[in-house]
Amino acid sequence: MSKALLYDATMCIDCKQCEAACAEKNQLPYTDAVAAEDRQSEHKLTVVLAKGDKYMRRLCMNCGEPACASVCPVAALRKTPEGPVIYESSRCMGCRYCMVACPFGVPKYEWNKLAPRVQKCTMCADRVLAGQPTACAAICPTGATKFGERDELLNEARRRVHDNPGKYVDRIYGRFEVGGTSVLLLSSAPFEEFGYPSQITQDPLPLFTYRVLSRIPDFVPLGGTVLGGVWWITHRREEVAAKEGKTSKTVFYPSTADGRKK
Amino acid sequence: MKPKLTFWKVVFLAILAVGMYATLVRFTQGLGASTHLSDKFPWGIWIGFDVLCGVMLAAGGFTLTAAVHILNIKRLQPIVRPTILTAFLGYLLVCVALMYDLGKPYNIWHPLIMRNPHSVMFEVAYCVMLYTAVLALEFSPIVLERFELKNALKVVRAVLIPLVICGVILSTLHQSSLGTLYLIMPEKLHPLWYTPLLPVFFFLSAIAVGLAMTIFESSMSAKHFGQQLELPIIQELGRVLLVVLAIYGILRFEDLLHRDALKLILRPGYETYLFWIETALTLILPMILLLQKKVRATAGGLYVTAVLVILGFITNRLNVSITGLESSAGLHYIPKWTELAVTALIIAVGFALFGLAVRYLPIFPAETVHAYEEPEAVGTGVLSHAGD
Repeated sequence: MSKALLYDATMCIDCKQCEAACAEKNQLPYTDAVAAEDRQSEHKLTVVLAKGDKYMRRLCMNCGEPACASVCPVAALRKTPEGPVIYESSRCMGCRYCMVACPFGVPKYEWNKLAPRVQKCTMCADRVLAGQPTACAAICPTGATKFGERDELLNEARRRVHDNPGKYVDRIYGRFEVGGTSVLLLSSAPFEEFGYPSQITQDPLPLFTYRVLSRIPDFVPLGGTVLGGVWWITHRREEVAAKEGKTSKTVFYPSTADGRKK
Repeated sequence: MKPKLTFWKVVFLAILAVGMYATLVRFTQGLGASTHLSDKFPWGIWIGFDVLCGVMLAAGGFTLTAAVHILNIKRLQPIVRPTILTAFLGYLLVCVALMYDLGKPYNIWHPLIMRNPHSVMFEVAYCVMLYTAVLALEFSPIVLERFELKNALKVVRAVLIPLVICGVILSTLHQSSLGTLYLIMPEKLHPLWYTPLLPVFFFLSAIAVGLAMTIFESSMSAKHFGQQLELPIIQELGRVLLVVLAIYGILRFEDLLHRDALKLILRPGYETYLFWIETALTLILPMILLLQKKVRATAGGLYVTAVLVILGFITNRLNVSITGLESSAGLHYIPKWTELAVTALIIAVGFALFGLAVRYLPIFPAETVHAYEEPEAVGTGVLSHAGD
C-alpha cells in the first residue's frame, strides 16, 4: 500500500523541528540563517510558513502521477509504489523540464554548482522503504505531520474535518489535486495564502502530454505509408507520361529569359 | 584572396570575442553566474530562442525536401541544397546551444540508454538526434560530390527517398512536440498561448517559417553570393506561404474563440501587447502584403514579407516560452548579457559556416538554366536529382 503524510496546520506550533530534521536527513546545513529563510530552496527542502498565528508547511507533494517524473527524459525522477518520488542525480542531465512542469514549483536547482543537481524532498524514500516514518513525521512533537497509509490518513483527515465544523477549510489538499498526492494538507486558512494553487486541475498532469504522445506509434507507419504513396503516384505520373510519348519534363519556366531577375 | 577587414567582419570578430568570454564564464562558473535563470524561471532564451526558434528556423529542410522529392515539384530543385545546408547547420547549432543550457552537458547522451518514453523531452531528444543524422546524410552528397567519391554517392542516392520520408516524419514529430512540451503546464502558461492545439500550431508555423526562411535565404544569397535569384520559385513559395498563414490564422482565432480566450485579446496588459505584436507580424502584415499582387510578384516585397513572418514566429516562440510564463512565475525575465552573448555567438557562427560552405562546396547549381534543359532518361529522374 502507498504511504503518505498528513499535515494538519491547526496542530502545528511552528517549532521548525521538521525543517531541522529534514536538513539533517539530507545532509544540508541548518543554521539560524537557514531557519529564518521562508522559502523552499536547493538547501531547504521543507519550510514552515507563518502568517499571523496560521502556519503551513511546504514540501514536495510526492504526487500520485507526478509531472516531474513523467517529463524527465532520462527517468532520473521516479514515483515509487510506496509513495515517495525519488531522484537519481547520476542520471540527470540538467534539462530542468521537471522544474518547469511541476505545478507546485517544488524542484529547486543548484544554480551555482558546476555539476548541479535538482533538489527536492523525496519523502525520505530510504526510511519509508525500510518501514520507518519520514524524518519530519518522526520528530514532530504535536503530531501535526503524521505518517501512514494514504487511505487511512485520508479517512482520518475526513473525520477531523467532519468532527470539527468550521475549524477547517473544507478541503483536503492533495486528495484530488492533480489526481491525488502523497502529501495531504489540512488548514484553517485558505491554501492559496501559502502559495498552493487553488484553481488546479484534478486530472493527472502527465495525461495532458500523453494524449498527444500516445499517438506517435500510430502516426509513424501511417505517415510513412502516405508519404511513400504520394511519392509513388507523383513519380509514376511522370513515367506514364514518358511512355505515352509526351515529354517527361515539365516546362519549368515560360522561357529562361523572362521571369528571372539578375 | 586577400583578407579584407570589412564592417561585418569586425562585427563578427567582436561577437566572437564576447561570446568566447561568455562561454568561459558559463563553463567555469556555472549557470547561476552566467544566466538570469532561477528556480522560478528555469528556462530562458537558450531554450526559448536557441532551441525553439533554432529548430523552427531550420524547418525549410523538411518542407522543401518533401516538396521536391515526395511531391515531385522539380522546379523547386535549385533551392533545395541551400535549404538543406541551413537545416543541417541549424540543428548542429541547436545541439551546441543545448550544451550551454544543460546543467550537466556531459550527460547529454543519457537518453540513449536511460529511456522514459512518456517524456516529450525524450521524444524530442530522439527525433532531433535522428533528424540531425538524416540531415547529415541528405547533406553528404554535396561533400561527396566535391571530393568525387562516386561509390559513396551511389549508396546515398539509393537510399535517398526513404531518407527523405524519415526526415519528414521526424520533423513533423519534433516540430510539433516542441509545442507539446508546454501542454504539461495548463496552470502556468498564459491562456493566450496555452491550448491543446499547441503541437498543431508549432507544426503549421514551422512550415510557414520554413517557406519564409527559404525566401529569405534565396534573397540573401542573391545579394551576397552573386547567385541568380530564382524569382518564379520564390513567387510560388510566397503563394504557398499565404495559404499556410491563412490556415494558421483561422485555427489560431477559432481556438481562442472556443477556449473562451478571445476576450483576453482586448484586455490591456503586458501579455496582450505581446500577443498583438506577434499577431501583427505573423498574420496581419504578411497577409495584407501577400494579398497584393505587386508584393507577391516582386523580390523586394517577398523579402520584406518573409522577414516579417520570421520575426513574427520568433516572437511567438518567445511568447510561449517566456512571456506566457512570466505572470505565473511572478517575475519579468530579462536575459543576462552572457546569455545574449552566447546566442549572438551561435547565430554569428551559423552565418559564418553558411558562408564558408557556399564558398567551398557545390551548394548552388553552377548552371541552373542549363541543368534544367538537359534531356533526362526516363526512370532516372529521382536518381539524377538525388542528394539535391
